[in-house]
Amino acid sequence: MSQIGSFTLLLALALSAYSFLAGSLALFQKNRATDRLGETARRAGIATFAAVLLAAVVLVVAAFTNDFSIAYIYHHTNRDLPGPYKFAALWSGQEGSLLFWSLLLASYGLVLRLRHKTDTRLFAYASAIIAGVQVFFLLLLNFAAPPFGVMQGSLPADGTGLNPLLQYPEMVIHPPMLYLGYVGFTVPFAFALGALIMKYPGEKWIHITRRWTMVTWGFLTCGIFLGAHWAYSVLGWGGYWAWDPVENASLLPWLTGTAFLHSVMMQEKRGMLKVWNVWLIFTTFLLSILGTFLTRSGVVNSVHAFAQSSIGNWFLWFMAIVLAACLYFYWKNRSHLASEHKLESLVSRESSFLFNNLLFLVACFAVLWGTLFPILSEWVEGHKITVGPPFFNRVMIPIALLLILLTALGPLLAWRKTSLESIRRNFFWPAVGALAVAVFLMLMPARWGTPFGMKPWQEISSFYALMAIALSALVAFTVISEFVRGGRVIRRHTGRNLFSSMVQLGHRNTRRYGGYIVHFGVIVIVIGLSGAAFNQNKEMEMGFGDRMNIGPYSLVCRSYTQDDNPNYASEWAIIDVSKNGKPLTTMYPERRFYKASEQTSTIVANHSTLQEDLYLVYEGQNQDTGRPVIKVHLNPLVMWIWIGVWIIIVGTILALVPNAPAPVRVAAPVPARESEPEPIGAGN
Amino acid sequence: MLKSVFLKRALQVVLLGAVIFTFLAADQDARFQSIGHQLMCSCGCNQVLLECNHVGCPLSDGMRNELASYIQRGDSDNLVMQAFVQKYGPTVLLAPTTTGFNRLAWIMPFAVLGFGLAGIYFVVRAWRKRAAPLPAGSVPLAQGEELERYSEKVRKETEV
Repeated sequence: MSQIGSFTLLLALALSAYSFLAGSLALFQKNRATDRLGETARRAGIATFAAVLLAAVVLVVAAFTNDFSIAYIYHHTNRDLPGPYKFAALWSGQEGSLLFWSLLLASYGLVLRLRHKTDTRLFAYASAIIAGVQVFFLLLLNFAAPPFGVMQGSLPADGTGLNPLLQYPEMVIHPPMLYLGYVGFTVPFAFALGALIMKYPGEKWIHITRRWTMVTWGFLTCGIFLGAHWAYSVLGWGGYWAWDPVENASLLPWLTGTAFLHSVMMQEKRGMLKVWNVWLIFTTFLLSILGTFLTRSGVVNSVHAFAQSSIGNWFLWFMAIVLAACLYFYWKNRSHLASEHKLESLVSRESSFLFNNLLFLVACFAVLWGTLFPILSEWVEGHKITVGPPFFNRVMIPIALLLILLTALGPLLAWRKTSLESIRRNFFWPAVGALAVAVFLMLMPARWGTPFGMKPWQEISSFYALMAIALSALVAFTVISEFVRGGRVIRRHTGRNLFSSMVQLGHRNTRRYGGYIVHFGVIVIVIGLSGAAFNQNKEMEMGFGDRMNIGPYSLVCRSYTQDDNPNYASEWAIIDVSKNGKPLTTMYPERRFYKASEQTSTIVANHSTLQEDLYLVYEGQNQDTGRPVIKVHLNPLVMWIWIGVWIIIVGTILALVPNAPAPVRVAAPVPARESEPEPIGAGN
Repeated sequence: MLKSVFLKRALQVVLLGAVIFTFLAADQDARFQSIGHQLMCSCGCNQVLLECNHVGCPLSDGMRNELASYIQRGDSDNLVMQAFVQKYGPTVLLAPTTTGFNRLAWIMPFAVLGFGLAGIYFVVRAWRKRAAPLPAGSVPLAQGEELERYSEKVRKETEV
């Protein structure tokens, strides 16, 4: 089995190297013979997919057939591991996850190569660049981290099992989503670099890559939040984001990718920021590689220690080569990116995108700076320091609040110029609404629970939470007013009802209104995040009948017990919960001991509502009394985060749907009026 | 009468003591939570001290007890932090201090924001100079093919 796997990986390397070299040669020496060579390169790229897929299938089959002669299978599975986790073993360790990365890249490459007729030459460039990236990963798989390495000595009877933290349903989908995001940025990167090398005329390459970028961004967003949800449900520390370097590594390309999704509109609509956009997507790709380097090199301390190894230097060299190639082609063809920048007014959509990009880039810098500062400090001062949540929260929250404010303002601004009168008219009621929300939250009694009865003058965290919710309300009101205003215009023309008019409005410009729905999802998430300012927790040893109170909840330990199955032994408590004196539910916090890996894992019991999560952790047993120690967290508004993610997914899908044809046409020249007309781009 | 006044005063003192004790305890609990979230468990798990939950952690319980005793003793936040740094090294603090080289960690993100804002200011100023508006009425109205071209541009820019 291992020989088949190793051979297919070697074959995949040869095919991708051919695809890269022959593809490059065909592009730089253009004639009929090299056209045929280019076609063979494309087909070699497609065959690479088949070879990598076969290697991945071999590894999965080896996991299901308990082939412990393969070291990777021995270290990441065992006989009693449930089927889905045996499948997930493919990406549960270093070598397997690199193979999975390579498979996803080959899959993206396959789709791209099959769709080459959209623009044969541009796609040929992109295909050659993707093949180049593929060569790097296959070199790693063949020489630095081979997944089909064979066990030395006698064949073990059973494997050491999968890391228990990874034995959770979401871990079956979190890594694929995240990797689809990371790997996916290779495609817009390849198109951008290809377009630069061939001096591709116009902005069509941006149009072609827009969907790729959006799909990739959607996957990365899902991947990040699935990871957060997994951490919340499995790690049992009561939170979902710890500003761990590996978490930060996923945020970096997300931030620059989000900036890119906004700034490409400047290039599409106004032909501006060509250099900026090209470098933004180069940076996004490099940051996704940097993230992998940080995760695997061990240069920064992380709770994701299982991913560390010695292959970090490979990534460092790869980044250096990619950066050198980007710099070279940019310098060589920089005149192609020349554009005439004109701005008629500071109060315009253009300037809002400039500020948007600045804030995203500053946020990205702050995360990167905080993540790498311990290394810098060690280099300068001779000792490492820790840069953790207190630093990131203090630096990132003000930047995030500015971004939310901009999210509210930006859509109200028209391209080129917006009159202050128009802003005042469109902004007044949303601002009044947001203010009313803030006052309402402060005046209502605290006994109603979070977020009511806020006292922003007492603590900075409370102030930030109130600001976040009020600004989120501002965004929500502006998004709603945009839909209503646009819907009314369509209703006037078509006579339909307002709701149906708004649906038609969304269908006419899916990108814009899909984007607004994404914004709406983001602010729902922000509301959820702001709840963290009011988290509470308590810990107590609970024997039979013992009671613990937190907020409006009362917890009584009915019983505690143990169980055993071939995969793990478990202990859990049975806790009866009542709220304000009324029985509510029974919860079962659990702790498992996985036999093969000899590691423990927490299974959190969580009662989640829109207002708060009652989150119970079985901390362990008091060795003297044998009674369980239960930690309870009361985390307000967490459910909003997961709802927000679903809204973002809906918005992203809507933005990917093709537009319905727009019937609006300018019929005849209209003489200029004395007063300034309404800016159409501002939603009227 | 005297007895009743004495009892009343004693009751007031007891009540006042209870209130002060409650407030102090609440204050101590808040400080425990606040400082405990600024310290890292030193066992190598890379978790916040009060969030370290792995079974058999050799350090977190002891560190939490130390924190509680420092607070009960009335040490200031700064003193508590210093005691932890002396015992466990500078990595025990979850955020850089605001002294020496560590100040740079706090300054840089906002400095970059400041530079970026200045950059936007200069860029916008330069771009606006290139786009001086024409006086009203100086341009004849577009007709026919030219109008269609402009209409297309308007559609593109306004997304309608």
